Amino acid sequence: MALITQRVDVPVIVDESKCLEKCTACIEVCPLDVLAKNPETGKAYMKYDECWFCLPCEKECPTNAITVQIPFLLR
Amino acid sequence: MNTQWMKTDVLIVGGGTAGTMAAIKAKQANPQGDVLILEKANIRRSGAIAMGMDGVNTAVIPGNSTPEQYVREITISNDGILNQKAVYQTGKLGFEVIQELESWGVKFQKDAQGEYDLKQVHRVGKYVLPMPEGKDLKQILTRQVKRHKARVTNRVMATRVLVKDGRAIGAVGFDVRNGDFVVIQAKAVVLCTGASGRLGLPASGYLYGTYENPTNAGDGYSMAYHAGAELTNIECFQINPLIKDYNGPACAYVASPFGAYTANAEGNRFISCDYWSGQMMLEVWKELNSGKGPVQLKMTHLDEDTIAEIETILWANERPSRGRFHEGRGENYRTHGVEMNISEIGLCSGHSASGVWVNEKAETTMPGLYAAGDMASVPHNYMIGAFVFGRLAGTNAVDYIADLEHIEPDAEFLEAEKTRIYAPMTRPNGVPHTQIEYKLRRLVNDYLQPPKVDNKMKIGLRNFERYQETLDLMGARDPHELMRCMEVHFIRDCAEMAARASLYRKESRWGLYHYRVEYPEKNNEEWFCHVNLKKDSSGEMFLFKRPVEPYIVDVDIETEVYDVAVR
Repeated sequence: MALITQRVDVPVIVDESKCLEKCTACIEVCPLDVLAKNPETGKAYMKYDECWFCLPCEKECPTNAITVQIPFLLR
Repeated sequence: MNTQWMKTDVLIVGGGTAGTMAAIKAKQANPQGDVLILEKANIRRSGAIAMGMDGVNTAVIPGNSTPEQYVREITISNDGILNQKAVYQTGKLGFEVIQELESWGVKFQKDAQGEYDLKQVHRVGKYVLPMPEGKDLKQILTRQVKRHKARVTNRVMATRVLVKDGRAIGAVGFDVRNGDFVVIQAKAVVLCTGASGRLGLPASGYLYGTYENPTNAGDGYSMAYHAGAELTNIECFQINPLIKDYNGPACAYVASPFGAYTANAEGNRFISCDYWSGQMMLEVWKELNSGKGPVQLKMTHLDEDTIAEIETILWANERPSRGRFHEGRGENYRTHGVEMNISEIGLCSGHSASGVWVNEKAETTMPGLYAAGDMASVPHNYMIGAFVFGRLAGTNAVDYIADLEHIEPDAEFLEAEKTRIYAPMTRPNGVPHTQIEYKLRRLVNDYLQPPKVDNKMKIGLRNFERYQETLDLMGARDPHELMRCMEVHFIRDCAEMAARASLYRKESRWGLYHYRVEYPEKNNEEWFCHVNLKKDSSGEMFLFKRPVEPYIVDVDIETEVYDVAVR
């Protein structure tokens, strides 16, 4: 099977200047488990484009580092 | 790959509305017993009420309504096909649920006299109880689960119920983060995995832009089927009037008691009642197809204070991103109606009637297997019904296991299931689950979205059968992708059930939910019955008529026909 990687506009935006390296609050509450840590920076990012724009990640972030946009296709 | 073995008395699969309540009630019934919730997300924010709920839709509060009146109302709005004894439980026990939730800190709206402030949304009775401060519901339930010392295993997805000697003896699945194979032995299993909410493809084309929490992929429908339990009313689809593109509730249940209403493009009412029923959906479909659309939820005539209050409720609870959706389009309730659309299809007894067959004790037809919540076939059961049936399942499961011992699962079955689960991992360059899922759900739209056409559904069915082989092309690169792959297996099973059940019932019923072009009339003489399905001994899907249980509340369904059309 031949595969390519496509660019996708993702809904969950993380402000890296505010994201805490040792905190996993957003990752733990995401129902779809789409958030992960960048192993190099320790910052959270949206690893999989599978978002219900439900907002627990944004609400539970202790530093308000997360903004959830409505996914582009619905916006 | 590691294998984790676990053992518990009562295993609850899914820690949402019904599952958390089932665990709490099982522990209350026997504090010494071991109860385990298995959850593929995290119970703090999982299921349909991950972000709370803006109101109770089926509150039968003494002095306002009676369980008998409620049963009548649901009997008529579900065109007579229901087990009244099961629906009666929601009417009878719902008030106790509300009182218990209140004792845990959940807030319900009260009037100046301190009485529950019930609103009328249904055709006759008042059953809607607003919860403007309902956003923390799930955290409150999570706290109670811990307080009652029920165990929780998050991020493990169940794929099959284990069955031996004709009863449910546990479940099998995998850890969606580290990929471990997980086997859980239990004396009873309660399935509470929510709706089949990822069945049709949303018009936006975004796989996860669903009405239901998209983690709810029909897991329990599929697992109960493969365990040998009966499912029912599958042809009674869930189709909702939703905010176009956003695909969430607008929400008329909240806004209509304040004076909002559903209108056509001219601003005229065409339905007299905003309560969701198949017949109401048929009226919406007709309006949209008559050139009088688009249909809107109209609030522009309301005063500023009222609109501000509606916004406070809608933008803090259930689907709080509604606010930013409208904002992004430069629209608001003062100046614009909310454009509504007909959703893609799903299966969900919380709103319509399709689910795993349960009786008034939350028992499925498989000994030791219970079901509750959106996946259990108690029509129009909503959140309070999920709590009530979670409670019944938890309590009755504890009674059932009193003299039971654990049974060793069949080693051959475990090996075969392990091979089935991990197959996509052996094909890291296989077709991505996103493409496999997109095409499957697009086929569901093409062939199953009502009005239902005989030949189209037959083509659909052939496609869904052949899709078994397509699933074998799917590849996964990590346990997370594997989770989505196994969900596509559930979706395929639900699509096949939806096609077969729809073809089997040769009449129209439940308005748009089962509107068949070739059989446009309701036919009570031949089809006043459930259509049930199960896996037969040769592994084939077998459909049959199941009589409606004798009514306990008298309703003449020939004369009392649901109709909310404004003519």
